[in-house]
Amino acid sequence: MSAIALRPAAMRSPLWIAVWAVPIAAVLAVLPWVMDSYRTIQLAYGLIFAIAGLGFNLLLGYTGLLSFGHSAYFGVGAYTVAFMVKYLHVQSMELFVLGTIAAALLVTAVFGYVCVRYTRIFFSILTLALSQVLWSLAFKFFWVTGGTDGLRVPTPKLLGVVTGESEDKIHFLSHGYYYYVLAVFIVAVAVMWLVVHSPFGKALQAIRDNETRARFVGIRIRRYRFLAFLLSGVFTAIAGALWVPLNGLVTPDALVWTFSGEIVFMSVLGGFRNFTGPIVGAVVYNYLKDFAVGFTVYWQTLMGVVLVVLVMTLPTGIVGTAKLLAATARRRFAR
Amino acid sequence: MDLLVIHLFNALLYASVLFLIAGGLSLIYGVMRIVNLAHGNLFALGAFITASAIGQWFAGSSSAWLYALIPLGALGAAALGAILEPTVLRPFYRRPEEYQLLVTFGILMILEDVIRFIWGPYPVSATTIFEKMGSMNVGDWIYPRYNLLVIAIGGLAGLFLWAFIYRTNFGILLRATSQDMRRASALGVNVNLVYVEAFTIGCFMAGLGGAIIVPSQSAVLGMGVDALVLSFIVVVVGGLGSLEGALVGALIVGLLRETAISMFPELELAVLYLIAAVVLLVRPAGLFGRAT
Repeated sequence: MSAIALRPAAMRSPLWIAVWAVPIAAVLAVLPWVMDSYRTIQLAYGLIFAIAGLGFNLLLGYTGLLSFGHSAYFGVGAYTVAFMVKYLHVQSMELFVLGTIAAALLVTAVFGYVCVRYTRIFFSILTLALSQVLWSLAFKFFWVTGGTDGLRVPTPKLLGVVTGESEDKIHFLSHGYYYYVLAVFIVAVAVMWLVVHSPFGKALQAIRDNETRARFVGIRIRRYRFLAFLLSGVFTAIAGALWVPLNGLVTPDALVWTFSGEIVFMSVLGGFRNFTGPIVGAVVYNYLKDFAVGFTVYWQTLMGVVLVVLVMTLPTGIVGTAKLLAATARRRFAR
Repeated sequence: MDLLVIHLFNALLYASVLFLIAGGLSLIYGVMRIVNLAHGNLFALGAFITASAIGQWFAGSSSAWLYALIPLGALGAAALGAILEPTVLRPFYRRPEEYQLLVTFGILMILEDVIRFIWGPYPVSATTIFEKMGSMNVGDWIYPRYNLLVIAIGGLAGLFLWAFIYRTNFGILLRATSQDMRRASALGVNVNLVYVEAFTIGCFMAGLGGAIIVPSQSAVLGMGVDALVLSFIVVVVGGLGSLEGALVGALIVGLLRETAISMFPELELAVLYLIAAVVLLVRPAGLFGRAT
């Protein structure tokens, strides 16, 4: 943590953030013209998981609650879109996102009401158990959800005008849809940045660091945790909604608890003590998994080994380790 | 009435296997304060070892030998546990819970593939024993005798475990370590040894659960992950870290599942998870859990 304390306040000013964020956004915007469409689509997946990771990390990194059930909210987003297509014949992506937010608020309010009463391992197990309720419902009520066959989702209409119907689907996904995902991603990052640097975000960190003291300061712990849970779930659900058109299909696999484990994996890979950790982690994880799946049928072993080695040797993740190295280098430089 | 007896047998059958898995999980948590997400895979490993021992390697031998092969799966799981604990898990006891969960999640992913690598994607079955034992009449219905053997083994295992923990010297060391690891260590208990042994026993139980279930149903990929989530329900209902809790929880889950299956099959799993949520709301530490 000392590495972060050493950073001068100027580095957190809006100007400094712009120095970092604008070039990165520019590179992300140019990439579809440089990379082939397959890699661009993989990057879109990565950005979507990054939104889920941002939401997840509001709970783990900032509130100190490890959820092993975030697949539930991702799945709620995905299934909301699929239901809107199947039963309401909606095509507009904006309506999908709005519907997803409404559905996610409903589900997270119920789940959160139960879960935020607990912390530590009980919170993890409870979130896991509740996410499995949704999984089993999606699995068993096949006449509604399609069961393991899942529900197909066609390419949506973006901003009411852009559709993929006239053009090649791959081209649509790697250009029009990619930019849509990128725009939502930038908004999500900005919103989450404001949240964690607001008084509300500071209060969450106070709760994480010392619950008793936070209570003495007058923070209403359970209410704050509940709000963090809602926000976290909604972010992850939006990621789920964006994921469906890209994937074209939603099956109960989006809800299964091992997928929650993958979301945890991404955040830890990037470093959950940093704001940018889950973003980097999600993009890297997605490429890593893509590589591993293409490389061997035993990709799970590869990912498992990466995970075990990672938590053993680099517990602060990619971003945390990079910051540590940068701080060491800076100190050497100053001397 | 006869149907009720059959349902009761089924509930007990399910409960005894669940008790073996969840009991091991709970024992490990009670002693080491670690939730082993890979526990279900040890159950699956036990199932696969016994299945291939009975169904493939010694398929032609006489029946008396085949019974002796059942515990092979449990021994295999125990051996793996004895290797895993000191090498992979030990560095994590002092680390936050997130890392403990993640490292066991990593082991889960690896073991899932190891099983796929060794046994391939197809189910392995060992029905010889199940068929040889035949079935008996319960009123107008018939019921396989092997299932009663499973119930008996589950009950005996519970009894042995109880005697082991509450009536032996090692049990005293185990409970002392569980209550206060530092003080036990200061009094000369070899804590590392106790940890290895507790973890091995936990894995043995999971493996035994898999080994005894496999003659009546095939060993399939993914059975470990399913079993883990069910045993979570058991420990949540009974209380994490309590063996009595695991027993009572397994009985409750077994009975509820049987009721749910016969009355509203679609909601089978949902009912179980909701029960877990309700118990947690009413008694946060589970029915037999200690508040920590």
